[in-house]
Amino acid sequence: MSLQSPLTRVRGRGSAKSGVSHWWVQRVTAVTLVPLTLWFVVKLLGLPSLNIGDVREWVAEGWTPVLLIMLLGAMAWHSALGVQVVLEDYIRLKSLKVAALFTSTIFHVLVAIAGSYAVLRIALTTPITAG
Amino acid sequence: MMRERPLSPHLDIYKFAYTMATSIAHRASGIVLAFGFNLLVWWLMAAAAGPAAYERVQGVVGSWLGQLALAGWLLAFAYHLFNGLRHLNWDMGRGLERAEARRSALWVVIATVVLTAWIGYVAFFGGETA
Repeated sequence: MSLQSPLTRVRGRGSAKSGVSHWWVQRVTAVTLVPLTLWFVVKLLGLPSLNIGDVREWVAEGWTPVLLIMLLGAMAWHSALGVQVVLEDYIRLKSLKVAALFTSTIFHVLVAIAGSYAVLRIALTTPITAG
Repeated sequence: MMRERPLSPHLDIYKFAYTMATSIAHRASGIVLAFGFNLLVWWLMAAAAGPAAYERVQGVVGSWLGQLALAGWLLAFAYHLFNGLRHLNWDMGRGLERAEARRSALWVVIATVVLTAWIGYVAFFGGETA
């Protein structure tokens, strides 16, 4: 049952029916990021060095590229949702708010693609060394 | 056509409680991490591009400003991680009593300091512990 008149909804004051999805995806990505970020930090600390050779070798090995791309995707999504809420809360001028939301969304997608492309490029161009 | 809509009371009418600070810090650390995400991708792009680009990133990260940013990023990560777990626990309907929320806030601060110190120690003083 709706407590709104159809007129109110037409004027854009009703629920867009997307709140639950926003909340849910925020939680799903949060739960995904807990093990992935810890894995990333522990692996990075365990590398022999952070020189380009050691880093590339690690990025290219086994499941690393898969997990890294998943990490980047979950991080971008989680970040996009979080930044969206902050922009909605603090920018009062509507035109500026819409412009900021547009920019944030596009930029998050761009950065996620850039990071995934970098991981793939490393994984596909680093020769496999024995041992 | 558009009438004024009701607003929730402004923050300044509430008495300050330190659980408010942990809530604000969750947002603040989230914003820091949103910026840090770009640095992570920049680092990966450089590693993909080659030694010259990678050296430039290492130069920036190795500078005192870069190290400071890295330390801030690490602190924000540890805090957002533990306070995020606190939020997930609330989402399951647990720990919502005032006394419980205060206690978990304290645990978040302790865990943040411990994890930040541990990662900082391993990162700066050798890799054998990892």
